[in-house]
Amino acid sequence: MNDEVGREHRESERDHAQQAFKSGRRGQDGGTQGEEELRAAGRSLAGTDKPLLEAEHLQLYFPVKKGIVVDRTIGQVHAVDDCSVSLSEGETLGVVGESGCGKSTFARCMVRLLEPTAGILRYRGRDITHLGRRKLELLRREAQLVFQDPVSSLNPRKRVGQIVGTPMRLHGVDGRNGVEGRVKELLGRVGLNPEHINRFPHEFSGGQRQRIGVARALAVDPKLIVLDEPVSALDVSIQAQVINLLDDLQDDFGLSYVFIAHDLSVVRHVSDRIAVMYLGKIVELSPARELYSKPIHPYTEALLAAIPIPDPEENRARERVVVGGEPPNPVDPPPGCRFHTRCQYATDVCKEVEPPLAEYPGGHLAACHHPRSLEQDDLEKVSRSPLSPLSSAGLLPNGKESPVPQIEANGAGGGLRRRLKRIVPV
Amino acid sequence: MAERLLEVDNLQVSFATEDGVVRAVDGVSFTLDRGEVLAIVGESGSGKSVTSMTLMGLTRGVNSHFGGSAKLKGKELLSASEEDLEKIRGAEIAMIFQDPISSLSPVHRIGDQIVEQIRAHDKKISKGAAFDRAVEGMERVGIPHARGRARAYPHEFSGGMRQRAMIAMALSLSPSVLIADEPTTALDVTIQAQILDEVKNLREHSDSGIIFVTHDLGVVADIADRVIVMYAGRVVEKGTLDEIFYDPQHPYTWGLLGSVTRMDREPPKRLPSIPGLPPSLIKAPKGCHFRPRCPHEFDRCAEVPPLEARVSDAPDHLDRCWLSVEDKRSRREVEGRIGLVKDTVAV
Repeated sequence: MNDEVGREHRESERDHAQQAFKSGRRGQDGGTQGEEELRAAGRSLAGTDKPLLEAEHLQLYFPVKKGIVVDRTIGQVHAVDDCSVSLSEGETLGVVGESGCGKSTFARCMVRLLEPTAGILRYRGRDITHLGRRKLELLRREAQLVFQDPVSSLNPRKRVGQIVGTPMRLHGVDGRNGVEGRVKELLGRVGLNPEHINRFPHEFSGGQRQRIGVARALAVDPKLIVLDEPVSALDVSIQAQVINLLDDLQDDFGLSYVFIAHDLSVVRHVSDRIAVMYLGKIVELSPARELYSKPIHPYTEALLAAIPIPDPEENRARERVVVGGEPPNPVDPPPGCRFHTRCQYATDVCKEVEPPLAEYPGGHLAACHHPRSLEQDDLEKVSRSPLSPLSSAGLLPNGKESPVPQIEANGAGGGLRRRLKRIVPV
Repeated sequence: MAERLLEVDNLQVSFATEDGVVRAVDGVSFTLDRGEVLAIVGESGSGKSVTSMTLMGLTRGVNSHFGGSAKLKGKELLSASEEDLEKIRGAEIAMIFQDPISSLSPVHRIGDQIVEQIRAHDKKISKGAAFDRAVEGMERVGIPHARGRARAYPHEFSGGMRQRAMIAMALSLSPSVLIADEPTTALDVTIQAQILDEVKNLREHSDSGIIFVTHDLGVVADIADRVIVMYAGRVVEKGTLDEIFYDPQHPYTWGLLGSVTRMDREPPKRLPSIPGLPPSLIKAPKGCHFRPRCPHEFDRCAEVPPLEARVSDAPDHLDRCWLSVEDKRSRREVEGRIGLVKDTVAV
């Protein structure tokens, strides 16, 4: 048992969760009231009561160091700053944002490829934030990754059979016909010729290499695949092939996806929900369909407007709002709303008060003081989402104040993670 | 009528490799007038970049072989001497590359790199005057505090700013032809929109001809006047922007148009895609190069279809497909005007 998270009143419940974890079921643990509330938020968002992976107030700061002999930390890159999200089984969560917004870092944090500096991670209801290497083995098997660049993510000196077979050997997974038989099965499943098992990666085209990457991820029966811009490096017609393949595989194997992309056109087809990130924060989290018809955050609006329409006449007809400038430096993010420096609707309040993630009807969350494309009714029904960053204010877009959960200090030096356990319910 | 800048006729480029001869460009013809934007569209390996680089004389080498002709204002480029080409590069034809970080020198200041180009072509201009011109050029493409930024190194610039610097450099000598080889592919959408605005601005305020190489049909719809669609080294369709988008004739163009996601429409259940892969240019299929992937192929496709006008009232709309125009229109299944191809071309 991990001492760091070990707290007496959670001991028994964790044992229970662990058993459930091992047997492949989701833990039915209760948790403190604060957590309960957050869990409830995840439930209502995903429309199901089976969150596979939950990230609560996840934060990752990278230190910026200077000095030749002795390193001094002179600043911190706020790569992921208090982001919360939950992913249910069989769901696809799209994560979208410009380069440098922290989307890849966030996704890697979610599967503990990077260690978050604060926040809580739960996999099947079990706290995995501080689990050791051995205890993480199940997560390592069930959560797989597919990377952007199909050239550098495959070892050029290994044959396809080894590339796809190695994870199976490591995790002791083998099919009816042994490792080789299963590799062949998988190659066929992703649309490659099973007889090419002895070829090297360079003998394949970009799209085919990406299929090898997908086969490797599938090799160990994962539940969750993090797709880090899987089609960005491919040609348009090949992109469509790979996306259709991913879609089929999801149905066949009941997979959950975290799909990272740098623009909104690619994720549209695959996502159930989409999180839009800007400078380390989630600014909008919404069911996919709503995001395109009713973008609430001005940044989402700008991202949508920036995509050219492949129709000359409509293109000529439309007034395009081009967002000027570039994202600010994440070492020193602007106070208040992080987008205010580029936002055309920004007012004084945006410069000072960090907006909470406000929850609108239909499970649509957005962090903005001047929400777009909303009816007056929607604006009245708004409430502060428990997924809001802890540092955000209680001020809602309709001018009302909502109660902000108080964080009880947990003695000196209590990090955010520890403090979180004591969120006083409002 | 605007001045004709470029006249490319039956251009052929092939490279000898250990595995055989790669016919990268196989009979490409087009013209470019002043003040016009010509888009060359195609997937990787279609020969679009080789075509544009050949115009700059950048594909010359012991293993390359050229055919046909490419004339700049009546002057042959393919047989031009290296000295002549040096005078043309930058001053007459300038190029913007896809990846600005690898096309700028990492060890020289941005301003100095622009000054170097100005002074290479104009020996009489003083360093100070050239620097002023460089700063002016950087201001014109929207780099803030240009005078200070000119003293920065490329790594101190963001991706979008670097691309702006590349454009400033390319425009520093007011070339008559500007070739932009996928200038926005490596950029974020918001920055892409800014750069495209710069290009449109440029078209209005200068009288250069622009060749815009890209694979993104959305970008094409935004800026092009005329379009060339390339596939496996050949031009498969050529026409004005509206002809290509509203009356596409070649099945490959249909596939391309169908694969584009449209933000303003409900998405189809399955993304339409073109099955298969582009052919190897060493052992290209006989006849129509698109035949192995084409759902409409028939016997006659074993013969290479000529690039000719087949639509009756559009003499400049050329395509390379044997199907009759009526046949194409009925088979095309492009709904309404364009865009939503039904799920006919499944994987």
